[in-house]
Amino acid sequence: MSAEVAYQKVFGYPESLKPAQTHYCPGCGHSIAHRLVAECLDELGMREKTIGVPPVGCAVLAYNYFNFDMVEAPHGRALAVATGIKRVHPDKLVLTYQGDGDLAAIGTAETIHAANRGEKITTIFINNAIYGMTGGQMAPTTTLGQVATTAPGGREPERHGRPIDISRMLAVSDGTVYIERCSLTSVKNIRKAKKAIMKAFRAQLDGLGFTLVELLSPCPTNWKMTPKAAWEWIDTEMVKTYPLGVIKDNTGYEDKK
Amino acid sequence: MPSEKMLMRGSNVVGEAAVRAGCRYYFGYPITPQNELPEYLSWRLPEVGGTFIQAESEIASINMVMGAAAAGARVMTSSSSPGIALKQEGISYMAGQELPCVVANMMRGGPGLGNIAPSAADYFQATRGGGNGDYRTPTLAPAGGQELAEMVFVAFDLADTYRTPVMLLGDGLMGQVMEPVVFPDPIDPASLPQKDYILDGCEGRDPRAIYSLILDPPALMEHNLKLQAKYDLIAEKEVRYDTVELDDAEIIVVAYGTAARIAEEAVHELRAQGHAAGIFRPITLWPYPKQQLRELARDGRKVAVFELSLGQMVEDVILSVGERAPIYFYGVPGGVIPTPADVTDFLHSALADDGKVGRRIEV
Amino acid sequence: MIARTTFAGFGGQGVLLMGYVLSHGAMLKDLNVTYFPSYGAEMRGGTANCTVTLSDRKIASPVASHPEYLVAMNYPSLAKFEPLVAPNGTIFLNSSLVEEDPQRDDVKVVKVPTVELAREVGSERAGNMVMIGAVCAETGLLSLEETIAGMKAALKGKEKFFELNQKGIERGFSFIKEGK
Repeated sequence: MSAEVAYQKVFGYPESLKPAQTHYCPGCGHSIAHRLVAECLDELGMREKTIGVPPVGCAVLAYNYFNFDMVEAPHGRALAVATGIKRVHPDKLVLTYQGDGDLAAIGTAETIHAANRGEKITTIFINNAIYGMTGGQMAPTTTLGQVATTAPGGREPERHGRPIDISRMLAVSDGTVYIERCSLTSVKNIRKAKKAIMKAFRAQLDGLGFTLVELLSPCPTNWKMTPKAAWEWIDTEMVKTYPLGVIKDNTGYEDKK
Repeated sequence: MPSEKMLMRGSNVVGEAAVRAGCRYYFGYPITPQNELPEYLSWRLPEVGGTFIQAESEIASINMVMGAAAAGARVMTSSSSPGIALKQEGISYMAGQELPCVVANMMRGGPGLGNIAPSAADYFQATRGGGNGDYRTPTLAPAGGQELAEMVFVAFDLADTYRTPVMLLGDGLMGQVMEPVVFPDPIDPASLPQKDYILDGCEGRDPRAIYSLILDPPALMEHNLKLQAKYDLIAEKEVRYDTVELDDAEIIVVAYGTAARIAEEAVHELRAQGHAAGIFRPITLWPYPKQQLRELARDGRKVAVFELSLGQMVEDVILSVGERAPIYFYGVPGGVIPTPADVTDFLHSALADDGKVGRRIEV
Repeated sequence: MIARTTFAGFGGQGVLLMGYVLSHGAMLKDLNVTYFPSYGAEMRGGTANCTVTLSDRKIASPVASHPEYLVAMNYPSLAKFEPLVAPNGTIFLNSSLVEEDPQRDDVKVVKVPTVELAREVGSERAGNMVMIGAVCAETGLLSLEETIAGMKAALKGKEKFFELNQKGIERGFSFIKEGK
């Protein structure tokens, strides 16, 4: 009888991820975000037609984990590099995977102008409100009162300036068609994030314009919290500065319930 | 078919030659004195199905170049001195990533914002790396006109052959001067050799990654040694230079680019006055024609270096010639262009060793 | 043979176009030529100049120490460039605008009332064409036909100006040849 049992694979390793062990810390959001991107590309059948640009930051080695073509950009320049790629290969899916420092500090100009040109590129924006790779310095997105190694008493608006909401800024531009902010803090939220990434890729493939999905992502190491406390901090504190939800949607797609 | 003879300014010559060399992608940011080049390509590239983007900065434009090069395209950018300084980050990355591109620098007066007059004070920036790390940028310094058109083709070929950024070093004067030019046969980009390292989606092959980050020191050392072997090969095979009336010369004038043309007029003047003078004109500034210059510096000849700077290439002349010949230097910075008569005065002074114009270099 | 000509004047006097016409005409008769314009901030003050070098051999420097010919369309240009003209050179003066005489006595001076002559052929705007006609006629650098061909090549795509410009060039030639 057992020979008759038909096994169906219900869960596995996405093909768009290499079977490698990452260097990310326990509780870090990058691994989840990587997996979501990979699952979406698998489901779209786009792995072999995708070119990605990782940032400088914790995800700088993302090309060791993603199982598709990638070129590493200098710090902040991912969207300029991606522009060059997309203009040569308009038929490919081009994505950047960038942290808050890369996207919203050193790369602000490249970010705004690529978005405003309406480059048909999708940016996966990992916002963890801290500089992870360099060891916990203040990020442009560090929230008021949040402690960083370069804001040891906590971020104060007078001394350090205010946190930047780059997603909301980008939404003003006519070049952007879809921007949504999600978080990587629960199964429900993670599923929502995947749907958002899927929609962004779809909008790119339909040639609608620039798309961005911001992911509030835990950094237990530099926040000096347990992974569980980090999730809670996002859900209770970080969302006050960065409320979740669709910031802009001009795709015209009808959402399936 | 070569083109008909056209009267064109240098900046446009670079643009047209790039298109004919198979370049279909240009990314840049306006800066005087080279704006005619992006302006030209902004209509010329779309005409041949190419892409022109005026980027938000020099930094963004060199990174767009990086993306297009990674995607497999013949691609270029251009700027002038302070703009090239901004592009050095991307140039260093591309050297590390072994990505080809052509960067044209129509030099102006510096340092800092300087001015927009023609100068040649970016020799160190071009030949000594400019960006961080152990790398070299092959640097071509045409003397304008027809040679400018031909060197654009050479630049793209060098870039692709050796997978490296290549610098085309002109100056504001060269960009503005109009001369008749005949362009070589156009190259169809589709006919260029296939590249086996580019990113075009990993269909039917393993994914590729292009990067310059190599965290493991022995592995990065290995990568540097590989790059160095490539640079050694370039130094062995790609040296270019030109000479004028050197056979019987008692004084060798060493100059490149626009300075060499001014110097050549001075050499004609000197010859007319009965002095045997000749020109040694490096066309590749890196690799520098060291050996060739060294061999010429003999039999009591003097070496006179003329630059549109306060003395940068002269250091390569010293490295080449050493103590085999007395070396004299005359340089004018800041965008002031000496006339042939000024250079003639320098050469007279060098011949007489009276120190009235320029100076003798103590090696 | 080598001939260097510096054209100078106010922006709007068609100074650079004179250089274009001479350059194109020379290229069409297979001479070597370099055209070196002033540019950028130098032009913001409203003055313009260019130097055209023609030769039957390779031209080394586009920068001239001492041009054989100077075309001065206004007084500041005369003051600036007169000292540079080669001995036994020629200064062409736009006498409609410049009342002063050059100080040098080792150069020839040709006065061309460009405004009046251009008015004769239909428009003061052809003053630069009258002048380039006079320059070519006096120096023999280009024949009348070659000058007209140079003008047409320089203004390719702007055919509507051909007729007036040709008349201007012809008037410049006749002014020199007939002395009036």
